[in-house]
Amino acid sequence: MIELPDRTEPRVGLQSRGNRHHLGSTRSQNDFRSRSPSSALSIPSSTTSFSGSDKRSVLRPFPMSHGTTTLGFIFQGGVIAAADTRASAGGLVACPAVHKITPLHSHLVVTSSGSGADCMLWERILAREIRLYQLRHKRRLSIRGTAKLLSFMLQSTRITQTGSTDYGPKLIYVCSDGARLQGDVFSVGSGSPYAYGVLDRDLKWNLSVPEAVSLAREAVFRATHRDAYSGNNVDLFHITAQGWHQRKREDLKEEYYRKIEEIRHTNESG
Amino acid sequence: MEYLIGIQGPDFVLVAADNVAASSIIQMKHDYDKMFKLSEKILLLCVGEAGDTVQFAEYIQKNVQLYKMRNGYELSPSAAANFTRKNLADYLRSRTPYHVNLLLAGYDDADGPGLFYMDHLSSLAKAPFAAHGYGAYLTLSILDRYYKKLNTLSSSFQLNRRFILNLPSFSVRVIDKNGIQELQKVTVGAAK
Repeated sequence: MIELPDRTEPRVGLQSRGNRHHLGSTRSQNDFRSRSPSSALSIPSSTTSFSGSDKRSVLRPFPMSHGTTTLGFIFQGGVIAAADTRASAGGLVACPAVHKITPLHSHLVVTSSGSGADCMLWERILAREIRLYQLRHKRRLSIRGTAKLLSFMLQSTRITQTGSTDYGPKLIYVCSDGARLQGDVFSVGSGSPYAYGVLDRDLKWNLSVPEAVSLAREAVFRATHRDAYSGNNVDLFHITAQGWHQRKREDLKEEYYRKIEEIRHTNESG
Repeated sequence: MEYLIGIQGPDFVLVAADNVAASSIIQMKHDYDKMFKLSEKILLLCVGEAGDTVQFAEYIQKNVQLYKMRNGYELSPSAAANFTRKNLADYLRSRTPYHVNLLLAGYDDADGPGLFYMDHLSSLAKAPFAAHGYGAYLTLSILDRYYKKLNTLSSSFQLNRRFILNLPSFSVRVIDKNGIQELQKVTVGAAK
């Protein structure tokens, strides 16, 4: 992807919810909503969709891929985006090592959930559109503008371009049914309730960067432990005014065994 | 479930909406504002399907502002309400109806305060008080009993505080001849 010249204002973390009426898997797509029906924030949807009466949902001929846990939050050191790496198709782990977090430019990443194909498509379209915007207008589209663009593209009724001059870290949740929410912490996917539980407890504004990273990792780990459709590894991005930085992908199996060891150690010494 | 309420007084309209943006069982935001300012003295409160609310409300909002730019004066609340209803009705019989329930509250310098109730089937009714959501079942009967034509702002507000359901907080605004003012947020602990 073409690297865009750095802007002076730090803008980070556009999250969006993925498709909503998804029957198969839920891979949360932060940043973009996919247009085709799939569940963004729904509980694992291999058989039914929890997202209520989706009168627009389409009957799937086969279970689609992706259960997911993705999350993002803002703190004093910027924005953290974390996601698991499992793609599930019904009860099968279709791929244990997918990338659910994609950088769009040096200061913007998108996490995705819902139908993987749709997410990839919309990521690419959005990347193209914001690059075109930058070339035409000689400035980068703001995070909120990008979210609005995505939301309108997915709505497919009209496209609106917006610009905004606010700076700072941002986290926006976009969903295929049209919702756009800006906030400080979001988690999307089948594992999101578990992640919320961990995040809501320990999240504070003045966490240090290592603490925030370990909180994000812990939240994804706990979600993958309980949610069958999330698992394998955890991807973590940390975005600051200087741009995004990706941590090495960590295998959660190791984390699990490390935690077992810790517990055994405390039990033995305690 | 989302909740909206509006109460019209002799020279004001008091409106309140809950602050929750939820998705299935998770509360995504607890400080979400459901009121859209159409003009200096008109507020549109919008609940319903997730994407449709913002889309439709912003569409109406921009069109009302466009009218002002083109013609030099603002739409009256009644005109804005009818315009909104017409749009809802047009989309109702299209492939993509908007599933939104609305309350439009405004103060007209000529006609005084007005509260308009609209639902997703594009019905429109001017009413002295109205509510949307499951909470409406509880509150409309209370309003029927206790609403008096000459209620004052403080008693309206008191009535409002009693309508707390299981929703954590509500934003409250009042429209009068001076425009829109935001009153304090009502939270669960405040109700007595």
